[in-house]
Order: sequence, then structure tokens, then C-alpha cells
Amino acid sequence: MDKFTSSTGAACPIEQSNLNTDQILPARYLKWTRAMGIGKVLFHDLRFDAEGKEKPDFPLNKPAWRNAKIIIGARNFGCGSSREAAVYALYDYGIRCVIAPSFGDIFSGNAVQNGVLTAIISDEEAFEIMGALKRTPELLVTVELERQTIVCGNRTYHFAIDPVRRMRLLNGWDDIALTENYGDRITAFKERDQRERAWAFPRVD
Amino acid sequence: MLWSSSMTEPQTIIDKLWNAHEILRRDDGESLLWVDRHYVHEGSFHAFAKLTERGVRVAEPGLTFGVADHYVPTRGSRHDIADPEIARMVRQVEDNTAKFGIKLFGIDDPRQGIVHVVGPEQGLTLPGLLIVCGDSHTSTHGALGAYAFGIGASEVAHVLMTQTIWQKKPKRMRLTIDGATAPGISAKDIILAVIAQIGADGANGCALEFAGSAIRALSIEGRLTLCNMSIEAGARCGMVAPDAAAIAYLQGRPYAPKGAKFDQAVEAWSKLITDDGAIFDRDISLDAKTIAPIVTWGTSPQDALPIDASVPDPACEANAERAKYLRDALDYMGIAPGKKLSEIAIDRVFIGSCTNARIEDLRAAAAVLAGRISKVPGLVSAGSTVVKRLAEEEGLDRIFRDAGLEWGESGCSMCVGINGDIVAPGERCASTTNRNFRGRQGPGARTHLMSPAMVAAAAVNGHLADVRPLLAGRKT
Ligand code: SF4
Repeated sequence: MDKFTSSTGAACPIEQSNLNTDQILPARYLKWTRAMGIGKVLFHDLRFDAEGKEKPDFPLNKPAWRNAKIIIGARNFGCGSSREAAVYALYDYGIRCVIAPSFGDIFSGNAVQNGVLTAIISDEEAFEIMGALKRTPELLVTVELERQTIVCGNRTYHFAIDPVRRMRLLNGWDDIALTENYGDRITAFKERDQRERAWAFPRVD
Repeated sequence: MLWSSSMTEPQTIIDKLWNAHEILRRDDGESLLWVDRHYVHEGSFHAFAKLTERGVRVAEPGLTFGVADHYVPTRGSRHDIADPEIARMVRQVEDNTAKFGIKLFGIDDPRQGIVHVVGPEQGLTLPGLLIVCGDSHTSTHGALGAYAFGIGASEVAHVLMTQTIWQKKPKRMRLTIDGATAPGISAKDIILAVIAQIGADGANGCALEFAGSAIRALSIEGRLTLCNMSIEAGARCGMVAPDAAAIAYLQGRPYAPKGAKFDQAVEAWSKLITDDGAIFDRDISLDAKTIAPIVTWGTSPQDALPIDASVPDPACEANAERAKYLRDALDYMGIAPGKKLSEIAIDRVFIGSCTNARIEDLRAAAAVLAGRISKVPGLVSAGSTVVKRLAEEEGLDRIFRDAGLEWGESGCSMCVGINGDIVAPGERCASTTNRNFRGRQGPGARTHLMSPAMVAAAAVNGHLADVRPLLAGRKT
């Protein structure tokens, strides 16, 4: 998986709370493979109207934020469906980091798997950063994972992230390779479990 | 013994389930957990592609079960699927499961249905199991006392390759609901009331145990509805301690243990309760008798109110951010501020989904619709083909058809709209599903969530309505 150490770029504020993964990637694109260009349909129904024309009011359509690398969101960003393709869409569009006061549980797990950082700050800080960006849209933001900082203009904020997720992002660890190191432990667990909980293994038909 | 607590301090059911599946814990706090059951569906293709890419096999093909549910047609031919993309999705899950030696309940199988209906129905979902699926509503299976949660495609691939998953132990939360609910109140009303109270992120990342006399009084099907929607409060999983009702529900189901193994299982399950004095990270309660029939008015399941209320008026909201949230939601929903819920006219109804399409749900809707006519068109799609057959034996299909509703095949259908069953742009649908997100039932669709009986009441009236007057003198 991809590493994340730091990212500097335009940062797009999206103020909607409970922005769910159905909004990030509408369900009708779930049958797409990544090769079909899933980044193009990121936030599709928020970004485009029924005729496929851009909605000028959606922040990601504004000139300064079109090439954003960072999104500043509101509470419970990425709640809802477990679709990992929502993270593929963000990544393939060019987003490397989402900053928000809280995240949907499955979404932030999926983000780590794809090298996308989910950085947690307070409601007030998110509000403040959004305000600064709305005043000065071209402001570049730098997010650094090692030190857990966000630099926006002359302000520096500290963000929270689960320490395990932080290490995984910094190192780009592959889960499966890691798990395979414990093959013997898994086998021993299964053998004991099959004796003690024989009922838990379904009959083969 | 696996979840005995004699030597240690009192444990919650969550602790017991966790301990029974922990293979190892790393110094950093992540644990490797054994997965007892893994369900896959058409959407799992990303994960299968990862296996093919690495050239590896499935570690335990006997512990993964597949269904075709998200893309299967519910109307017209199930065989000549007109849309080639949808046909490809259904074929792909057949090919992938065949290639990796996984049992599939495919489109022609009499056991086919929505994954979260099929698992419990077939006795694959059992108390004490750790269950995962690449679908957020996997929380449903906790209703039988399983530790069940949704995962993403990378994790699905990991489970397929290793039969394990890395997790950090979640916070433990208990929601106790004591007392008796009023007549006409269902599990759907309870869970909508809970989400309205604690918010769409009120249980974020928590394992959530439902307890109390009102929960114990629910049937297993009601508990499945309850746990299904615990994800809509942000919970990683929901669960109810298995009791005599759970045991009775499982006995004799096709994949449930039989004979001596069943007895052993029952003995293990009987210990699966929260010990007296066990500590939760969060412990809250709700009084059952305060719960009224509830509908949603906005674009998040937390936007829920009793049917006799009016939608909020942003002009009366002091908090500017909240006022904007209300304005945006009402604007999308096309509802005037302050309008009475019972005056909101609907264009169609949908009875279906893993939330509310089991046999008791269909009976509850039919009890209201019997001898009455729906003022709007609508679709009824049973949660599984087994449920569909049973409903037909009971004559429920006739009641729905006579009321003017369509009786379809089983699948996810209009819950997510990806098989082509969609609500047209701007149309308003009273729905038994779990998400009223913008565009969830189709681009521009407006969804009001409620119980099956309340959807039936909306159908009969042509607008959102209290079901209770319609139940007067009827057996439910
Ligand atoms: S019925 Fe709806 S919520 Fe349930 S699994 Fe299908 S799409 Fe998901």
C-alpha cells in the first residue's frame, strides 16, 4: 500500500456534516473498476446536475480547489456504506488527506488501506480552517504525519490519528505480509478452536 | 473455557466475544481476530481481483458464503437481464465464487436473498460467532449474539487470504430500553427513536449492546431490524444477548449445528451475557413507553420525528450551522419549513431491504393493507426467496396485489437502486429501508424511512400517516 508522510496543496472545504459515502461515490458507479476512471465521478451528484453540467456552487468546482489534494470536512465524514471505492474515487481524483472532526468508522479504515490520511481536529478548528480557506481560497495547506501537524497560513494545528494507523501510513505496511508472519499462531488457534467450538464450523453440503 | 468469567472481573458480552476470537495482540494494541463466517456478494469483486493479482487461494473456502443480492432483477426475467452491465455483475459473483471454491446462493437458488436475511435464515449466523462482510449492514447479525461488522474491500481480500482480521478493540456501549412499547410500535420505531436521540454519529466506532425488557420482548426478526440500523448511529456493530428466543429461532435451520453439537452450542451460548457489574465505556437508557410511530423527514436517519410532529423550521433555529443543515435537507426533500408530517403527500412506496423484509415485516404491512387500496404505486420485494415463498403460502402476495402494489422477486432492489429499481428524480417514497441519503434510491429521489406498517398506512392514505387508527379492530 501507499505511504503517507506529508502533503502540500490546495485544500477544499466541504461543510456538510454526515457526508456519506453514497455522496462521495453514488451507488451506480460501484460496478466500475478503477481502470474506468473512478476519480471522474467523485462526488458526482453534488458536482454535476442532471444534465451532467458542473454545479458552480460545489466547492470542488471552484477554480482554486479543482486540483485540491486535501479536503476539510465536517462531522462524521464518510459515514454510511462500506464501499471502499469511495476512497478509490478520492485517491484517483488526487485527494491524499481528509481533515474532519470525526469519520465514519469503516471509511477511515478503508482510507488507511489506500494511503489516504484521515486527520482529526476539533469542530472549532475545522470551522476556523474552513473560514480561512473561504477568505483566501488559494492558500496552500501542509499536512505532516510524523509531527501530526496542519499548517494553514500562519496557523499550525495539531491533529489526532490512531497511533497504529499512523505507523501503517508512515511505513506503507502491507497487512497481508504482516499477517503471514503469524501463520503458525493462526493454525494453532484454529486447531484448538475446532476442538472447543466444533459447533461453530458449518457442515459441508 | 472460552468465555467463562469465573476467574476474572465481570465482563460484557462484547469482551467475551472479543476474547474468544483474539489470536494475538500486538504491542501497539491491534489484535488479530479469527473470522468464523464471511459473506460475499456481487460488490466483493475488487477483493477477488486482489487475490487473482497475487495468485493466491482462499484460505478457508468452507467459511465464506456468497449471495447474489445487490444487482439481481426483482421484476421481469431473472435470466435474460436486459442491462449488460447488471448481467455482468451477477455473472461475476458466480464466476468468482466458483473459481475460489465458495458456496454461492445464486440467482436460481431457492435460498437466494439479501445477504443479511439469508445468513440468519439458513442458520449460518449463530450466537458467539465473529462475522464479517463487505457491507456496512453486517451489524444485522448481532441480533443473534454474534460479533458482526462491515469491512472494506482490502479487508475482504485479507479475510479471504487468511480467515483473520486486524482490529482494535472498540469502545463498549450499552443502550438499555426498559418498559413496554405502546401498541403498533415496532423495532423500526425503536431504532429510529434511538438514532434521533443520539445522532448519526452517536455510537461512532462503538460496539453497541442493546439491553432491557423492551429489547428482550422483541422477536428475533425485530432484533435483526434493530441491529441492522445500529450502523446508522455510527456503531461498528450492534448486538443482543442470545436467549431462549434465539435458540428457538435457530433450532432446525439448515446450517445450524445438529444433535449433540447443538446441545454443546446452546451450553456455550447460555454464557454469552453481560455479567452483573460489568463496565461499559458508555451506558445510556431510553424509556420504551415514550416511543411513538416515527418517520424521517430529512436526508440522514437522525432526521426522525414522531408522525404527529411537524418538520423543523430553520427560521426558528438559533444555531446558524444547524439552520443551514435544516434548510439544505428540507430543500432537497422539497418540504416547506414547519409542515406537518402527516400532510406530506407521497408518490410511491417500497417494502423491502435487509432492514424490513422478513416475514413478520410483510405480515405487518399486509395486516394494514388487507381489503384496502393503495393510493400510490409501489413495490414489495421479500428479503429472501424463502420469505417470498412463505408469504405466498400465507396469501400475503394477494393482499399486496389486490391493494395495487407490485409483488417482486427478492433482492436489494429499491433500497440502493443499483439493479434498476429506482425512485424517479423528485419523487417521494415511503420506504422500509435504512438510508434516506440524498440519491440513495436513485438520483434526486426523496426517501422517508419508517416501519412496514407505517409504509402501508402511507400507501392507503397517499400521505405520511399514523398507522394506529388503521389497526383498530384488526389482528396484527
Ligand atoms: S438491502 Fe440495502 S442496506 Fe441491505 S444489503 Fe442490500 S443495499 Fe445494503
